Amino acid sequence: MSARGGRTSGGGRAGLAGFALMLLLIWLVAYPILLVVLDGMRGDALRAFVSRPGEWQALWASVWVSLASVALAALVGVPLAFLFEWLEFPGRKTLGALIALPAVLPPFVGVIAFLFLYGESGFVARFLQYLFGFQDAPWHLQGAGAILLVHTYSMYVYFYLFTRAGLARLDASMLEAAQALGADRVRTLVRVILPLIRPALAGAALLTFMTSLGSFSAPYVFGGGFRVMTTQIFASKQNGELGIAMVETIALVLVAMIGLALLRRSEGDTILVGLGKGAAPRRRQLTSPHWRIGATLLGWGFTVVLLLPHLTLILVSLVPYASWTTETLPPVLNLVNYGRVLSEPERLEPLLNSLWMAAASTAAAVGLALAAGWLIVRRRVVWRAPIDWLLNVPWALPGTVFAIALATAFSVHAPLVFRWVLVGSVMLLPLAYLVRNLPVTGRAILAGYRQLDPALEEAAASLGAGWWRTLRRVTLPQLKPALTAGASLAFIGALGDFVISIVLYTYRNRPISIEINSALRINEMGVAAAFGVVLMVVSGLVLGLGARR
Amino acid sequence: MWRGEILALLGPSGSGKTTLLRLLAGFERAAGGRVLIESEDVTALAPARRRVGMVFQHYALFPHLDVGGNVAFGLHGTGEEGRGTSGAVAQALALVDLAGFERRKVQELSGGQQQRVALARALAPAPRVLLLDEPLSNLDPSLRERTRRELRQLIKRVGITAVFVTHEQEEAFDLGDRIAVLNAGRLEQVGTAEDLYARPAGLFVGTFVGRANVLRGAAARALGAAEGEVVLVRPEQLRFGVPGLNGVVAERRYTGATAFFQVTTDPGERVEVQAAPDAARVGDRVSIGAASVLRFAEGGQ
Repeated sequence: MSARGGRTSGGGRAGLAGFALMLLLIWLVAYPILLVVLDGMRGDALRAFVSRPGEWQALWASVWVSLASVALAALVGVPLAFLFEWLEFPGRKTLGALIALPAVLPPFVGVIAFLFLYGESGFVARFLQYLFGFQDAPWHLQGAGAILLVHTYSMYVYFYLFTRAGLARLDASMLEAAQALGADRVRTLVRVILPLIRPALAGAALLTFMTSLGSFSAPYVFGGGFRVMTTQIFASKQNGELGIAMVETIALVLVAMIGLALLRRSEGDTILVGLGKGAAPRRRQLTSPHWRIGATLLGWGFTVVLLLPHLTLILVSLVPYASWTTETLPPVLNLVNYGRVLSEPERLEPLLNSLWMAAASTAAAVGLALAAGWLIVRRRVVWRAPIDWLLNVPWALPGTVFAIALATAFSVHAPLVFRWVLVGSVMLLPLAYLVRNLPVTGRAILAGYRQLDPALEEAAASLGAGWWRTLRRVTLPQLKPALTAGASLAFIGALGDFVISIVLYTYRNRPISIEINSALRINEMGVAAAFGVVLMVVSGLVLGLGARR
Repeated sequence: MWRGEILALLGPSGSGKTTLLRLLAGFERAAGGRVLIESEDVTALAPARRRVGMVFQHYALFPHLDVGGNVAFGLHGTGEEGRGTSGAVAQALALVDLAGFERRKVQELSGGQQQRVALARALAPAPRVLLLDEPLSNLDPSLRERTRRELRQLIKRVGITAVFVTHEQEEAFDLGDRIAVLNAGRLEQVGTAEDLYARPAGLFVGTFVGRANVLRGAAARALGAAEGEVVLVRPEQLRFGVPGLNGVVAERRYTGATAFFQVTTDPGERVEVQAAPDAARVGDRVSIGAASVLRFAEGGQ
């Protein structure tokens, strides 16, 4: 591809290193899945799966909930993107950034925040009870509707961000050309704007579909009797029906692959790079005061509604245990919960567990990505395609799938086929985090490497620098933005993970999310919320550090 | 403007040519004044309802539609989109010599073909005025001259009134029936190429259109100007061996049929003279007279 460094190394030290990296990635990513497929395909599990109607219902539920999530997230995210990208109103910039925040906060935290706000004993329910004098909560936040509500809330961000990016790249002269040809607003939107931003919309749809398919926290907390595939797998595993869990895992993998293929196709050939350069359309200054007020209210209203769950979380974290029973608003607010979280060793441990596991898995993922970047981009080893593919696969597969796969692969002691017993050890969970982190660090660092001018490294070499000095003084500083971006996203992902943790944790490495879950079970809402806020704050700080240049 | 006329908007960058064009199209709002098309006041009309055709600088062809789709886009609502369009589209494409290109993708076309598709698209809905924003700037220089001539023939054949923006004098002279010179947001002069060259309304037009020597003070007076007047004289109007200005030939630039001589006059000004290549040599002491000069009041008309 590139003219410079067009050589490919098959043999030699780089070739050997490439081969080793590929084997390592196969062992981490592909091998566990393969074992699940092999184990699941024999025995009665497959027959049992096919004959139980509940399994098919769960599978179908996963599919239609994901499709509905895509539609609902688009319904919120796309108009929001137009509002913030095209209209000018006071507070637009700040709100526009705030509104994208839920994307980077742990999904599980979002789910419990939602529970506190819209749940049966949440603020909204209490308020309505107070207002209308209901005896009982006016609703049960449960079932498919509740899951869809949470999904819409947390996944509109994909459509919002992708559509905004698409609109910002739009060439203003395209819109003017449509107008000059007599097209009104609706026709311009339908025939010109939407087709032009179609790749962005398809990308957002793909991301929403895959995220929704793998979503576990929302169905776990709000599903009740309504099962999707991820919760079904978890339930089978809890019931000790490991064989069934494996078949279910395979079924989910197949659905994910089909979804990926279909959506990739609908993305089509990405021809839509405009012909001319052209500037993005100017933001409309609303001249009519009515419209101006309308847009401002809409922007502020959306932001408040969308960020309300997270604000609720902060409020609940200030409510001491058992101090809030039937009142509409909590009567006592103090910092007792934070004191307990940070001083009781029993509670501090999960926090420290999460931190070290996130740090270790992130460091390992960054290391692997750096090696992959060097081998793929610089040395162009013959194994570069499979390495690239293996780095990206975990993105397309739900977390539950990897949890089950790793639990299966590392429950047997057979060193000859590279299997050891890690189930029950503290190492399995960080290993799973590492696998989940490979795509985000891999993509960021590979992209960074591709933008890096090889002449810089050659210059360093010609000035007498060895590989270590070149890496430390030239390559790493140049890669820093990509590195920090990838690392901070990976760290946050591992820190807030619930999906994998609930399958693979042991008492000795229980992470924050598991502690939140147990606090919820014994009705310690305040402690759960305090943990949630701590997660939010740490995630925010790490993200802030990652975004700084 | 009269019907069927081609008007060039000429001026340096930032002079407001494109703004004026966009004002006609309706993409900019006028702070004052009116825009009339066929005696209809369209000042308050949205671009979509003005029935003007526009060719954009980078063409703004819709990349998600093929050539036929692009050309048919403006036929919507005329009852011609759908069944009837193929005829109208084919006609418009035939007009620009692209018959049979309907199903081609726009990114497969060369720059010149893209420009003609943009033209066909603008002309297909039968607009009342055709507006072109630097229509040739995106083409290879080697293509420009030929395209310029073809474009003029095409516009004349269609008989549509056209306004185009350019910053190149040669393009304006070649393509326009009349030329409007703009400077810093002001209309300096409207006229034929001959008008602008021989009878510029001011110093700006005189120097912006064509080559010119601008002389002040003693040098101006030596060529017959009164006190406080500025003299503008074209290089081809200056003659060697005629009493007037004295100086030394500093440089000679040979262009074939003629040569341009840079003469440093005794008052210290530089003057460009166009003459036969053998009229003088570098280092010669010469005297220069003018066959005709344009005189302007300092800073004025």
